[in-house]
Amino acid sequence: MSVPVIEVERLRKQYGERTAVADVSFSVNEGEIFGILGPNGAGKTTTVECIGGLRRADGGRLRVLGLDPVGDRSRVVAELGVQLQHSELPPNLKVGEALRLYSSFYERPADWRELLEVLGLGPQAGTRYGKLSGGQQQRLSIALALVGNPRVAILDELTTGLDPAARRDTWELIESVRDRGVTILLVTHFMAEAERLCDRVAVIDTGRVVALDTPAELTARLDVQQRIRFVPSVPIEDSLLSELPEVESVSRRGDEVLVVGGADALAAVAARLARQGVLAHRLRVEQPSLDDAFLAITGRDEVADPGPRVRPLRHDR
Amino acid sequence: MTTVAYPAPTPAPAPAGAMAVRRRAFWLLARTEALLFFRNAGSVVWTALLPIVAVVVLGIVPGTRHASRSFGGLSPLQVYVPILMMYVFLMAAVNMLPAVLSSYREKGVLRRLSTTPVPPGRLLGAQGLIYLGLGVVIDVVILVVATVCGAPAPRQFGGFVVSLLLVAAATLGIGMLITAIAKTERIANALGLVTFFPLMFFAGLWIPRDKMNVPLRTISDYSPLGAGVRALQASIAGHWPPTAALLVLAGYAIVCGFAASRMFRWE
Ligand SMILES: Nc1ncnc2c1ncn2[C@@H]1O[C@H](COP(=O)(O)OP(=O)(O)O)[C@@H](O)[C@H]1O
Ligand SMILES: [Mg+2]
Repeated sequence: MSVPVIEVERLRKQYGERTAVADVSFSVNEGEIFGILGPNGAGKTTTVECIGGLRRADGGRLRVLGLDPVGDRSRVVAELGVQLQHSELPPNLKVGEALRLYSSFYERPADWRELLEVLGLGPQAGTRYGKLSGGQQQRLSIALALVGNPRVAILDELTTGLDPAARRDTWELIESVRDRGVTILLVTHFMAEAERLCDRVAVIDTGRVVALDTPAELTARLDVQQRIRFVPSVPIEDSLLSELPEVESVSRRGDEVLVVGGADALAAVAARLARQGVLAHRLRVEQPSLDDAFLAITGRDEVADPGPRVRPLRHDR
Repeated sequence: MTTVAYPAPTPAPAPAGAMAVRRRAFWLLARTEALLFFRNAGSVVWTALLPIVAVVVLGIVPGTRHASRSFGGLSPLQVYVPILMMYVFLMAAVNMLPAVLSSYREKGVLRRLSTTPVPPGRLLGAQGLIYLGLGVVIDVVILVVATVCGAPAPRQFGGFVVSLLLVAAATLGIGMLITAIAKTERIANALGLVTFFPLMFFAGLWIPRDKMNVPLRTISDYSPLGAGVRALQASIAGHWPPTAALLVLAGYAIVCGFAASRMFRWE
């Protein structure tokens, strides 16, 4: 692999007394979708704002395409597209005007009309920003981040506040942007989003990287329990299953039996039921997800503040 | 959004050269901001329409053209033309500019700009340029209407233009200071109004300067628009404006502009 597109080494950033980023290191390779995952207030936005040159780091070393985001500002901004978390446009500015204006800032811009079509905003070219839906505003924001034809794009919480359909559309869009060769640094607090899109994920909590791996590895590394639910065809005793070494606990909710156990619990439970001639109706098994991995890593019970309108996709428990 | 494919970019035209790109970007920025100004009916009415209507009414009403004792030997039209001309600059710089810029700051427009090759300072420049241009155009209209209606044209024209430009600089300085102090658009609006009325008062909008008692007149002399009226009236009468008045105007421009540049926050 060649030189990383983004290098972050021991980044530190304080706001007065408060340390927003304590110690963050990672590097993003060319063509990758790299995720930064973490609860609200973890320091994700601060990290990417330092990478984007919007804030001066208090410590550590940052490189974007081998350049210093603050010192080589003029060269970095030409190659880096940024979609900020809290950033609107004037309400009376029309979509087409915004894209045309921002494309004029670059020496080699993308064709903004084409971008408009690609993002599904063609019919809205003459619509004022204030009249767009949340999803349309987000897509415009992505379009503005891409209109300069950047080699690297930073997208901060771009699906927060979108409905599930708009979110899935946005995911597809991001994948197609990556397929075009743009390296993407994606900030999110949705597990499902990271699981679906990211090649690698850095989990940040209280200003530190607490895990860095592929979503699959993060999940697999966990020794998280399986949760098996079913309704037995004939009544069974709890002890029938609880005596199995693979099973940790057995509980009931109405007819339904919930068995919690280790990685091999399902096989053991299935064998025991089969031997007794019991059928398991409505069998469901909950596998650990990145969600669980996240909870285990950060020790948090809840992904803090999921945003005003949507909650992160969570598994039923 | 059914088909989401991000095609290879169409071959970009040869790089136009950094300078040319920057210049074009600035003009497009200024044009866009001007467009947004005209889309805001309130701004257009208050800054452009109102003073023009006022001067037309003053010009048409017969009584206002004649010298009057209560206006210190000048006609009401003559007294109010400089005040109206300054009103345009004050309205634009103190009531419009801070509200627009602080809403841009609040909404993250300035921060978004800082991620592009165009620094947000350009937006401030574009806004200043628009309000300056707007003030000049409206003031030319006011002056033409007034002259047609019989007000004397400024006889010391050079001094008149210098005075008016200093009024523009002083009001822009005050407006930028308000923008720097105000954390939100609401505060900017409130500060704008709180600044606007006293300054118009000391310009003589409600009590002509000639009717003010000595303490009021002294305050007026040191207020930006009071100094502005002195300078403009002198040049209309054919004298070079008093140095003290020009210094007061320049002082406001420099002190407020400097303070604003030290205190300005981009976010
Ligand atoms: N401009 C700021 N001034 C002071 N504190 C800030 C500022 N921005 C963020 N913080 C604080 O820094 C911490 C990290 O914030 P942020 O980077 O926005 O986290 P995230 O994006 O992960 O939610 C939080 O405790 C937040 O309150
Ligand atoms: Mg954030």
